Amino acid sequence: MEEQELRAVVVATLKSIAPEVDESDLRPDRPLRNQVDLDSMDWLNFLIGLHEKLKVEIPEADYARLVTLGDVLDYLKAKLK
Amino acid sequence: MKMTYREAVRQAMHEALAADPRVFLMGEDVGKYGGTYACSKGFLEAFGPERIRDTPLSELGFVGAGIGAALGGMRPIVEVMTVNFSLLALDQIVNTAAALRHMSGGQFSVPLVVRMATGAGRQLAAQHSHSLENWYAHVPGIKVLAPATIIDARGMLGPALADPDPVVIFEHALLYNLEGELPDDWRCDIATAAVRRAGTDVSLITYGGSLPKALAAAEQLAAESISAEVIDLRVLRPLDTATLAASLRKTHKAVVVDEGWKSGSLAAEVMACIAEQCFFDLDAPVARVCSEEVPIPYAKHMEEAALPQPGKIVAAVRQVLGK
Amino acid sequence: MIEFKLPSLGADMDEGKLLEWKVSPGDTVKKGQVVAIVDTSKAAVDVEIWCDGVVQELLVQPGETVPVGTVLATLTAPGEAAGAAPVRPEAMPRRPITPAARKRAKELGVDLDAVAATGPGGAVTIEDVERASDIVSPPEAPPQGKAAEMRKAIAAAMSRSKREIPHYYLSEPVPMRCASAWLAKANEGRPITTRLLMAALQLKAVARALKRFPEMNGFFRDGAFQPAAAAHIGVAISLRQGGLIAPAIHDVGDKSLEQLMRDLTDLVKRARAGSLRSSEMSDPTITVTNLGEQGVAAVYGVIYPPQVALVGFGRISERPWAENGVVTVMPVVTASLAADHRVSDGHRGALFLAELRDLMQQPESL
Repeated sequence: MEEQELRAVVVATLKSIAPEVDESDLRPDRPLRNQVDLDSMDWLNFLIGLHEKLKVEIPEADYARLVTLGDVLDYLKAKLK
Repeated sequence: MKMTYREAVRQAMHEALAADPRVFLMGEDVGKYGGTYACSKGFLEAFGPERIRDTPLSELGFVGAGIGAALGGMRPIVEVMTVNFSLLALDQIVNTAAALRHMSGGQFSVPLVVRMATGAGRQLAAQHSHSLENWYAHVPGIKVLAPATIIDARGMLGPALADPDPVVIFEHALLYNLEGELPDDWRCDIATAAVRRAGTDVSLITYGGSLPKALAAAEQLAAESISAEVIDLRVLRPLDTATLAASLRKTHKAVVVDEGWKSGSLAAEVMACIAEQCFFDLDAPVARVCSEEVPIPYAKHMEEAALPQPGKIVAAVRQVLGK
Repeated sequence: MIEFKLPSLGADMDEGKLLEWKVSPGDTVKKGQVVAIVDTSKAAVDVEIWCDGVVQELLVQPGETVPVGTVLATLTAPGEAAGAAPVRPEAMPRRPITPAARKRAKELGVDLDAVAATGPGGAVTIEDVERASDIVSPPEAPPQGKAAEMRKAIAAAMSRSKREIPHYYLSEPVPMRCASAWLAKANEGRPITTRLLMAALQLKAVARALKRFPEMNGFFRDGAFQPAAAAHIGVAISLRQGGLIAPAIHDVGDKSLEQLMRDLTDLVKRARAGSLRSSEMSDPTITVTNLGEQGVAAVYGVIYPPQVALVGFGRISERPWAENGVVTVMPVVTASLAADHRVSDGHRGALFLAELRDLMQQPESL
């Protein structure tokens, strides 16, 4: 999967949870949950959405590594290889 | 002093008989038997057969005789066994006693007291259980009283005898065994209604045998934080509407409790007075709890179901309050 | 004949707009079945019927806005003959307003058309007029729209709360090491779709604590506390477009953590989609709010009347913690209680929070 395509999937999943998100405002190097108002339920639903679309397992132990949008993209890229 | 309603009635008559030689008691079983409800026990021995007179079973006759005696200067107390039987004497009471002052251009008055038992609750079936107080309260020329407390049972007879016109006193048969405290100062008027329990949310207006039921309902309502004011009419004719209006101005809601049948009941009269005098103070339709429109049944559970009960009163109040 | 009236779906609701009927005359309905969708100022709510019966007549049409207590439909009870439909006056029936309410409205200068009715038979009463004169009469037209309406509803409920309820507040730091470790372990083997959140544990612990402290669970109505038999916990859910809603998860004490988690997920989803059920709106016996996610240390909430308590959770954060004479680092959350002093006292509130803290130390028992 191309980087652009992956990014589109992640942003679409995010928008399904937080429709108010404006993609151009998202900074890949800032903590995602600070930029978008996501509580733990939203966060869980976001990860479930990625799990269902991309068929990747995301153990809870890995949550700590998923802070910025960049982290999420890198993590998924590695998983999908 | 603690005493029963029966004893209070007895003491009131005893005092009147002892104090005024013009007073005498007449009726079925008042002498040898001591009164159907034992209100004149021992009177025959104490006052003799001239003043404690057993009569034949002829209400028309002995009530008429009482009117004659009153016209002749006596102060008779005529006891009729129940309000059902008193219908035989309606002609004497309505056409004669109530009308004579008017018919004679004020030359005659009839200082007569008629006492009678009323009401259901003792499984005496449809010919001994009815509440027809409103039949009498309809008639100008007589006063109608409904003592519902020990004090009123003790205190109402004196002013009734002193009244120059006929007075009918209704004693609810279930009240005779009521026990309560008679204070030293038991004297009372025969003109006003009484607030038996103060409250702010709804006025429960009642009289006679329904007063204890209304008080029980008020107690239940208090547990639901509904503050009911209980008004005892005491005097059924003429009605003390000023007391009713004062209560309605405070509570804005009323439930009338009356053991009579609903249609054409005394409750209906009270509701009409409220509509006339308190319309702009009303915050809910006025409701009433009356007897079911059937001859009072004999079977205990049927009789209970036919009469106003605290549960029915509570339900009516909830409805009026929109709860 | 059964009259199906528009139920009140919360202290801040006095009218509702019928959006859709889910049944037609002649349909047999079962207790709990969704029969209509009603728009309150907060959400479109699936309204459930509270008895079995057969729909006879639908009296309110979609699009109409009617006060709480208005008869929406008539039903016949099972076995009752479908008698002739009662004769209804032509459209627009005259609105019942009590004489005393009319008089009072004149004195206060209140527009009776704008007063919501709560009296017998849907009548406007003195109390309704006085309430309206308290809260309405805005000098200029307020901003319209859903958000403004919800703001108004929240304003009414919270003003009433602060006006009527003597709140007291308590808080207690709750060590979370056990609960966090237990949760991590419990989630380790689970696929992501069945993972538990700390919120499920917290809700369960609150429900368990309520069992021992029933005076935190129920309604204060008509001057008296009515304890609730079960813990229907209102979960405060903030909406993305702004505003807040706190629908109930029923019988929390009797549910497994897995079930609670499923219910919570479903509730949040439906709350945000605007499709809640009427019982979820009217049944909460206590509210739990969690603002820790937004990064605050503690929350001291405003009770949602007629409830009598609100439990708040702050952020779980690592703090220095003295334990057995040694300072260690401990994940801690501040649990707080806002409770109605008419119903309970601080002493009991303190014991309740202590119980909650202790329950959180035994996550395996939840």
